Amino acid sequence: MPTPIDRSRLREMLQASAQLVEVLPRREYDEEHLPGAISIPLRELNRTTTSQLDKSRPVITYCYDYQ
Amino acid sequence: MSSRAAWRLESLGFTSVFFYHPGKLDWVSAGLPVEGTAAGIPNLGTVARRDVATCRLSDEISAIKARMMSDPTGPCPVVNDQRIVLGLVRSDAIKADGTRTAEEVMISGPVTFRPNAALEEIDRYLTDHKIGHAVVTTSEGELIGLASADDVHRRHAELAAP
Repeated sequence: MPTPIDRSRLREMLQASAQLVEVLPRREYDEEHLPGAISIPLRELNRTTTSQLDKSRPVITYCYDYQ
Repeated sequence: MSSRAAWRLESLGFTSVFFYHPGKLDWVSAGLPVEGTAAGIPNLGTVARRDVATCRLSDEISAIKARMMSDPTGPCPVVNDQRIVLGLVRSDAIKADGTRTAEEVMISGPVTFRPNAALEEIDRYLTDHKIGHAVVTTSEGELIGLASADDVHRRHAELAAP
């Protein structure tokens, strides 16, 4: 079951090499994204686009705010 | 959206999935670095002063006055324990009877702005509405700081200059 995390936990997990995925449209990612994040827009999440992610490591998704 | 994306990842076989619900706005609000074409372009969050004096609903004007005199940034945001902005005590309100409270003299529900707002947009809004300060908050209403209309205008003019 996916787990919600706050900023503090996010920073800890990033230091421990978690993977970060921005799921907003690509244009918004291009303008501004969190350091190290990759872009996979929500509508494009599928087996092909997520093949770049390592299933053995934690994955964290984020968007703009509590949407 | 981040929650749905996390569930989608789980459906694709990922077993260690998390979602950062407060999102990019929370990250930017904290003044943390970002990457991308807009990174480094000054916005409202970069102009806002974060160490502003605040007060509580029950604070008396006499106490607020002393606080505002020692830090004449502008108005005094009225916040609760979570730093959620409930109102704004303007500098002219401190002329009131010193025993009155912030709740009695504040402007309730002041207009607030997000830290990633473009300076051009905010400069225009503050000018059009004759507002002296922008109250900058997270999308949940937590106070980030205050940006004076003068500072916003000056910084915007610097950016617009050739």
